[in-house]
Amino acid sequence: MNGIHDMGGMHNFGPVEPEENGPVFHEDWERQTFGLWILCYGAMGFSEDESRNAIEHTPPAEYLWTSYYEHVLSGLERLGVEKGVFTEDELLAVQRGGKGAPGGGPKAGRRVIGPEEIEPMMREGGTKHRPEADVAPRFKVGQEVLTRNDNPETHTRLPRYARGKRGVIESDHGPYVFPDSNAMLQGENPQRLYGVRFSAVELWGPDASKADGVYLDLFEPYLEPA
Amino acid sequence: MATHRSPRQLTEPEIRIKALEELLVGKGLIDSKAVDAMIDLYENKVGPRNGAKVVARAWSDPDYKAWLLKDGSAAIAEFGFGGAEGENMIVLENTEKVHNMVVCTLCSCYPWPVLGLPPVWYKDAPYRSRAVIDPRGVLKDFGLELDDDVEVRVWDSSAEVRYLVLPRRPEGTGGMSEEELAELVTRDGMIGVVAV
Repeated sequence: MNGIHDMGGMHNFGPVEPEENGPVFHEDWERQTFGLWILCYGAMGFSEDESRNAIEHTPPAEYLWTSYYEHVLSGLERLGVEKGVFTEDELLAVQRGGKGAPGGGPKAGRRVIGPEEIEPMMREGGTKHRPEADVAPRFKVGQEVLTRNDNPETHTRLPRYARGKRGVIESDHGPYVFPDSNAMLQGENPQRLYGVRFSAVELWGPDASKADGVYLDLFEPYLEPA
Repeated sequence: MATHRSPRQLTEPEIRIKALEELLVGKGLIDSKAVDAMIDLYENKVGPRNGAKVVARAWSDPDYKAWLLKDGSAAIAEFGFGGAEGENMIVLENTEKVHNMVVCTLCSCYPWPVLGLPPVWYKDAPYRSRAVIDPRGVLKDFGLELDDDVEVRVWDSSAEVRYLVLPRRPEGTGGMSEEELAELVTRDGMIGVVAV
């Protein structure tokens, strides 16, 4: 989706404001949003790709005037309704001090994750690498490639600034879950993932620094031979 | 939920997150104590001190450094660090001639097991928009000016590989222990926006 989240190369957002020793959370509600968010992966039953996709569907103007954890909050509200965990009316009722409907949606009755399980669960993580997937590489390290100039309306991880550009394969990371499929509930569909180098001049024109480059991890379907 | 609220009116996000948690707890899908444990883990236990230990070891032990640069995930796991948002790690070495910095232009992908959760600026529009088109300008915002002949490599973590920058070891630290070196290592140095 050509969304507002795809910010690479945009101008006029002002300088970066470094915060050397700032706290991880600046407000209590940010804390709660983070903690609840990570647990909702299991409780509502969505993947990281679906979570990113939901956040990207925050309306563009709202995305710009709200902060990161508000984007997460919007994403969670959207996913809860989409997954049938609750209705929008139910959520509004609780926001106004009422009660939610009884019954827990599709995930009800499943074992609920307890506090003692959090640390082992997060230390375990869940890699998206699928080394066992039988997908032979189409490209090899050192090869020149051209990124496709696609504009899917759905989730993708090829940023706009790197579409239709010439780069060089720097590494082959092997097969990984393909976010473009997984976010749309069309299966993991593992695809080869490559580290690709683009010169700054290729991306930004002749005034860019000749020495510099941008590295992106790109899935094979994003690439064509140059 | 936090209990130390003042009697002021709740803000919109406060109302929304409170309602969402109440709703999910009421449906028996979430244990509030698990929410607290999740917050505690990433607020108090997992953070950039982890990455600093990795960097200090690499500065002190050439064999470890070689392993770290070859197989980041395995060498980092030596310390017991790994898991969510750091399953597949690559470590990038800054040298006299190459400066690496990491961004996620599409969201805010970040190596949690070694750096914890990202700072606000990492998630906000100015950094995400400019890091790829004007990396040297961004570095100046952080007070770092690089010579023209230094190659700046910007790593836009667009997939599930996560990146940690191995900063250059500062001059005059020859006699320092690994613990002392770890004290010098900063979060921003491991994102690659400052020198250490």
